[in-house]
Amino acid sequence: MKHNHSLKIADLTVSYQRIPALHHIGFDVHCGQCVGLLGPNGAGKTTLLKTLAGLIGRETGTIHFHGREVRGATPDIAYLPQRGQIDWDFPTTVRGLVEMGRYLRLGWWRKYGAADASAVDSAIAAMSLEPLQDRQINALSGGQQQRAFIARALAQEAHVLLLDEPFTGLDKPNQDTLRATFRSLREKGKLLLVSHHDLASVPAIFDQVVLLNGELISAGPTAKAFTEENIQRAYSTRVFAGVDHGHAI
Amino acid sequence: MHFFSDLWSHEFMRRALAGGALIGFTNGFLGTFIILRRMSLMADALSHSMLPGLAIGLVLFGLSPGGLFLGGIIAAFLVAIGAMLLARASRLKEDASLAILYTVAFSVGVVLLQYLPTSVDLKHYLFGNILGLGDADLWIAYGVALVVVPGLLLLIRPLMLTLFDPTVARSQGVKVNALHLVLIVASVLTMISSAQAVGVILMLGLLVTPAATLYMLTDDFGKMLWGGAALGSVGSVAGLVISYRFDRVPSGAAIVLVLGAVFLLAWIFGPRYGLVGQYRKRRHFHEESLSRWEHGEEHKH
Repeated sequence: MKHNHSLKIADLTVSYQRIPALHHIGFDVHCGQCVGLLGPNGAGKTTLLKTLAGLIGRETGTIHFHGREVRGATPDIAYLPQRGQIDWDFPTTVRGLVEMGRYLRLGWWRKYGAADASAVDSAIAAMSLEPLQDRQINALSGGQQQRAFIARALAQEAHVLLLDEPFTGLDKPNQDTLRATFRSLREKGKLLLVSHHDLASVPAIFDQVVLLNGELISAGPTAKAFTEENIQRAYSTRVFAGVDHGHAI
Repeated sequence: MHFFSDLWSHEFMRRALAGGALIGFTNGFLGTFIILRRMSLMADALSHSMLPGLAIGLVLFGLSPGGLFLGGIIAAFLVAIGAMLLARASRLKEDASLAILYTVAFSVGVVLLQYLPTSVDLKHYLFGNILGLGDADLWIAYGVALVVVPGLLLLIRPLMLTLFDPTVARSQGVKVNALHLVLIVASVLTMISSAQAVGVILMLGLLVTPAATLYMLTDDFGKMLWGGAALGSVGSVAGLVISYRFDRVPSGAAIVLVLGAVFLLAWIFGPRYGLVGQYRKRRHFHEESLSRWEHGEEHKH
């Protein structure tokens, strides 16, 4: 199966109060790929994800998805939050959470219909959450919570999934499950952009990598781009972030 | 039965019951948003800020509800906007800015009410007097309910996304800041309608307690929303009846006490999130892990 949909990022610069966190970044990735965003702390991984999600404005550069320029929010791209920022006591079940994914396709007023219910059903099934769908979201394990949010992105019919350190805090069996989930999403033609810090597990999870340290170090297939030399360059040189004024990036 | 027919025979009581049911409904409905958006303290600050507005309205327009309504709204908005500006223009965060401005505003109100030419009892505005509800007050309550409830229902999807996770909501194109403002406006309107009934000090209880009670009992957003509204309504009516029966109990306090008692019951006996439920769950897990231990299937971690 060939996936021509691509996410093209060109000349992207993002600054916090005029201090660049990402400096003229450019790369192409395609649907059906699982891309690892790698780099030391402060390299701009989260900044890049948030920029793609439309949460941070850019100073220069363009983002194109499937030939169309991306400006602001689009349901094609789903940003999955870090687990710490969610109110897990929110009065909703797994199913309720996944249903929220449909709101973007429905707009604010159109009726929630049978087509939406079946989209929600299949998203829940794809993440094997059927037996858990009536549980409150806090009554899930970390891995199940992760899958519930992926199911929401599937219900949203997003093509690009942006995940910020999803493996953090998961035990070994849950990490394995999440890896298998990523594989099945890739086969469905989804594009996954995943920030990640555990270098040892990179080749097992990602078929593409983007190495950052404020600037782009390398991007491409894991075998080619994830080389000892590039890793050295990303992790040993000083992070390019302009003059250091003590701001967190 | 004689008691209830007696109760119903008074025109002022019928008006109070209708007003109380309506005001309780609107407050209970809005409460879900206030709790989940963590705006309780903000709402408290806004309720206190109304006092100087009510006092000035009293000076300018006398005891007409329209003037009081306007004065209260303007005062609350001035404090809300002032706190926002102060937080932006200084290193203070919004909670501290609000705390400063609303206590200053409240003090201005207390002083103003002492110097009013008409002999107005301060207690009347601090603790409310629902038995003195006039026709115009009822109309204000109807108007507020008709704006707030359908207005929030129209925005229910973006509001839910925002309540759940403002960051992700923003990435989905939801205007999070505008919705925050909508909730502030809805709060001020709702609280104005309860100023006469429960007073500026106690109105927060009527706003937050019903939805908080439902939050102890359900995992369903819709049930929390409508259940909170129903409980606010029923609780207000029950409080009124109690206040009528024991004429030394002021109506506002009676309403909040009834709602507080129901909350206490939910907190203790709630099957899942109540104290008893939590205790039973812990024991269940304990016994389960004991039996696993005995069968040699202790989970490997």
